[in-house]
Amino acid sequence: MIPPRFHYHAPATLDAALSLLNDYGPEARVLAGGQSLIPLMKLQLAAPAHIVDINRIPGLDAITEENGTLHIGSLTREAALEASETVRAGYAILHDTAAVIADPLVRNMATVGGNLAHGDPANDHPATMVALGAQVVARSAAGERVIPVADFFEGPLATALGPGEILTGIQVPQPPAGSGGAYLKLERKVGDYATAGVAVFLTVNDGVCQQAGIGLTNAGPVPVKAASAENFLAGQRLTEETIREAARLAAQEAQPSADLRGSADYKRDMVRVLTGRAIRQALERVG
Amino acid sequence: MTMRTPPEIGGMGHSVPRKEDPRFLQGKGNYVDDVKLPGMLHLDIVRSPLAHARITSINAEKALAIPGVLAVITGKDLEQYNLAWMPTLMSDLQMVLPVDTVKFDGQEVAAVLATDRYTAADGVSAVEVEYEPLEPVVNPFRALEADSPIVREDKEEKTNHIWHWEAGDRSSTDRAFSRSAVTVKEDIYIPRIHVSSIETCGCVAQWDAVQEKLTVWMTTQAPHAIRTVIALVAGHLGLAEHKIRVISPDIGGGFGGKVPVYPGYVLAIAASFLTGHPVKWVEDRMENLMADSFARDYHIAAEVAARQDGTMEALRIKTVADHGYTDAACNPSQFPAGLFHICTGSYDFKDAFVEVDGVYTNKPPGGIAYRCSFRVTEAVYAVERMADIVAHQLNIDPAEFRMKNFVKPESFPYRSVLGWEYDSGDYQGALERAMEIIDYPALRREQAERRDRGELMGIGISSFTEIVGAGPSRHFDILGIKMFDSADIRIHPTGKAIARFGTKSQGQGHETTYAQIIAEELGIPASDITVEEGDTDTAPYGLGTYASRSTPTAGAAAAVASRKILDKARTIASYLLDVSEEDLEWEPGKFSVRGAPDRARTIQEIAFAAYTDHPLGMEAGLEAHSSYDPPNLTYPFGSYICAVDIDKGTGEVKIRRFVAVDDCGNVINPMIVEGQVHGGLTMGLAPALLEEMVYDENGNNLTGTFMDYLLPTAVETPVWETDRTVTPSPHHPLGAKGIGESATVGAPAAIANAVVDALWHLGVRNIDIPITSAKVWQALRDAGVDE
Repeated sequence: MIPPRFHYHAPATLDAALSLLNDYGPEARVLAGGQSLIPLMKLQLAAPAHIVDINRIPGLDAITEENGTLHIGSLTREAALEASETVRAGYAILHDTAAVIADPLVRNMATVGGNLAHGDPANDHPATMVALGAQVVARSAAGERVIPVADFFEGPLATALGPGEILTGIQVPQPPAGSGGAYLKLERKVGDYATAGVAVFLTVNDGVCQQAGIGLTNAGPVPVKAASAENFLAGQRLTEETIREAARLAAQEAQPSADLRGSADYKRDMVRVLTGRAIRQALERVG
Repeated sequence: MTMRTPPEIGGMGHSVPRKEDPRFLQGKGNYVDDVKLPGMLHLDIVRSPLAHARITSINAEKALAIPGVLAVITGKDLEQYNLAWMPTLMSDLQMVLPVDTVKFDGQEVAAVLATDRYTAADGVSAVEVEYEPLEPVVNPFRALEADSPIVREDKEEKTNHIWHWEAGDRSSTDRAFSRSAVTVKEDIYIPRIHVSSIETCGCVAQWDAVQEKLTVWMTTQAPHAIRTVIALVAGHLGLAEHKIRVISPDIGGGFGGKVPVYPGYVLAIAASFLTGHPVKWVEDRMENLMADSFARDYHIAAEVAARQDGTMEALRIKTVADHGYTDAACNPSQFPAGLFHICTGSYDFKDAFVEVDGVYTNKPPGGIAYRCSFRVTEAVYAVERMADIVAHQLNIDPAEFRMKNFVKPESFPYRSVLGWEYDSGDYQGALERAMEIIDYPALRREQAERRDRGELMGIGISSFTEIVGAGPSRHFDILGIKMFDSADIRIHPTGKAIARFGTKSQGQGHETTYAQIIAEELGIPASDITVEEGDTDTAPYGLGTYASRSTPTAGAAAAVASRKILDKARTIASYLLDVSEEDLEWEPGKFSVRGAPDRARTIQEIAFAAYTDHPLGMEAGLEAHSSYDPPNLTYPFGSYICAVDIDKGTGEVKIRRFVAVDDCGNVINPMIVEGQVHGGLTMGLAPALLEEMVYDENGNNLTGTFMDYLLPTAVETPVWETDRTVTPSPHHPLGAKGIGESATVGAPAAIANAVVDALWHLGVRNIDIPITSAKVWQALRDAGVDE
């Protein structure tokens, strides 16, 4: 429970942070909320030689809506996301997600950027961002690039971020009219990772689904985009029958592994049950 | 109950705010880890990653090269002092450090002594240990097979069977079964769980070479017994009992886990003895979960024989008890399976036979009582599950079934067929009260309506009988020491008092409740009484606090010692008032002359006189001691009713209501009793739905952190609806019984019974705890149920 020695850096600007990352390369890890990295270090599962604490860098924690996009600064605390009126009013699915991440104490520290950059398929934001078709913004000494979230996750705890890059923000497209979303998470107790989690984002016109985004939490080595369920729903009238079929397809795409939360069969079935429920809830929320 | 004292005095029945709370709520408690001494060194422990292996080498070179690492201690070092093994409280042997083989995942392998905590941890990482893996024995049934590997090669007899214990009459019970109309059998597993006290275990050992005195601040529930054990184990090294002082400061929860002696304690003491420096050892959460004593782990095969009308006649139980690699339970010596033979519970069985076989496996040692007076949870869970299964099988309402089978109020004192004498009870009254609060008939109607709509709702009852207050010296001892407990009370000249006890609170609120007992007896305000425990140099000898024994033993001692003081006070009052003792009347706080109430002396005036103006020939002072040997145990009881809803899609169990009616006799502090019940219910909910120590096929612990070993939070905890009935104990001086563990003992069966009640019509007879969503989902899908 005591990590090995490491060097601690607390740069005051983004440029200084990027320069440190450049200097130390893969030896360095970015510390944001620390709710994943610090436990890993205490368990000695991670032993970075250099910690670059970005918490003192100003301007990375804003939530703003402009030009049809919701910008979430990567240092936005989950508690702030949960409390944001903008999010509550226009992005119910994001509010759902923030509200079920770990527990309130963790959410006071944990950041939205960290939840994505850690690359853990058991984290909750990835599935939601997949369903929403979000993009992440990455900065390096060489400049800025924007990565679609569907291309961001490369493996367990591995993302498209290079060693010299810092995730600075997330861009969520403003929902078109007739949209609704929901995130549902089954957990054994508060603070647990999802046994299964399903994010559904729908755009509906006159009872017919125009577009569907479905992301699955803890259902494989990376956050799962349930493409066959999404494709099936597009153009379908949303009936109990089509919802059930979409749920069945989403479950087929899940590749969960057995652990103390339950068997792979159980988890797959939970994807099915939660997908059905999330679609129904998303539909109720269509304005 | 009627109160004899006004609130200013705060005797029995008053919800006096806890004297402990100001320091705890302000973060000013003083725990073992708060003890910091000049020159103090830190000890950390290298642990085995394998459940069963031979140690081929331990290389400390790299660790010793780290600046600040002073020593690496191995079993071979301890062997020279005959300290590699130590006795357990059950007279088995436990390794302090292994010389040859390790026996469980997480076992202590070597100790690193360093100048600070962090360097000690670095030292631990740098010790290189080579292991040759041996086949682990994980399953206790496998352990009993003839070709199983032997866990304890050190023992002469090459078997994993530790002991066989039985109670009752086997042949009469077998006969009852053979002539019975209905017999019901069920295999019930009560999994291995862990007490998970918020404060982990640890100590600071300080050997003073000049005074030749050892002082140990230790997380212990039984400081006096531990001091005796240290003297017995280390006497050959010159540690005599009068030169050992054990101090148990504030303790952050014990629940049975702080009764045993852990290797870390012995290592810290040995390290201080060898270096002359104070040495601190405080384990971290993972060490606590992986290596400290577990509870339960009983594989129970239970059978009930009944008449067609629902009268239970006979109970037969065969149990395999997984003790890990050594029997390190903390039961009274004569009871290797604790008080498991309370398993006839609240029911008037005419025949019963129970047997338990203790087994070694490659798991951590223990078998301690987790907030349960010696295997009572196991007993209650088994009989309460069986009662429900029989009732359902005979299609009799479980409440009606219990009423029919209860020991009747007029039968007390009741002699159970397994040999206990229940002191008092009104089981019917408690169940009726619980049914009234929850409106049982309406709940059953609602259940039927919901079932018609395809919804799953269940109602579970648990009508438990506890057995606490160990115990009468005729049967109860630990390592030969009789299980009395004691109080020393001294009234100061100004009428204030100090009282010291052989017990040790870990959160139970003794500083408040003991003061209230003395206030009740002597009329001295509870706020004027200081209560101290836990320092063996100042407190009277006692066996400590566990198994809900403090009120039945030390609480009784407080009353008896107070009465001795009152006798002397009466003599002084008669001298001061110049009347005979027979002419005095006592009301809490003062003696007055019969017929002349103005002529009176308060207890404070009498106390002053005891030091300044006492009768000639009388010894000065006003103090007394009692070492209370209880004539019997006390038998708290209660009835709990739980209503659950089950999610057909996910298998989630949601507790909608939980009503708990407890009876612990006369109540000292209702607020503390209610707090105990609330905490106990939550600790009963935990194993019912969440907690289990899980090992894989190699014996690796899969639940070594709180991410995997699931403690309930406020979110998982339902609103507890509590109430009480009062049936005093006839033999306890205050009519009181223990309460600390009733709820832990009673709650799991109510929850499990509710879940099975919801699923019985689908063909489900039993789901072993913890009842996870995954297990319920399996049962639902097996029955073809989906949302």
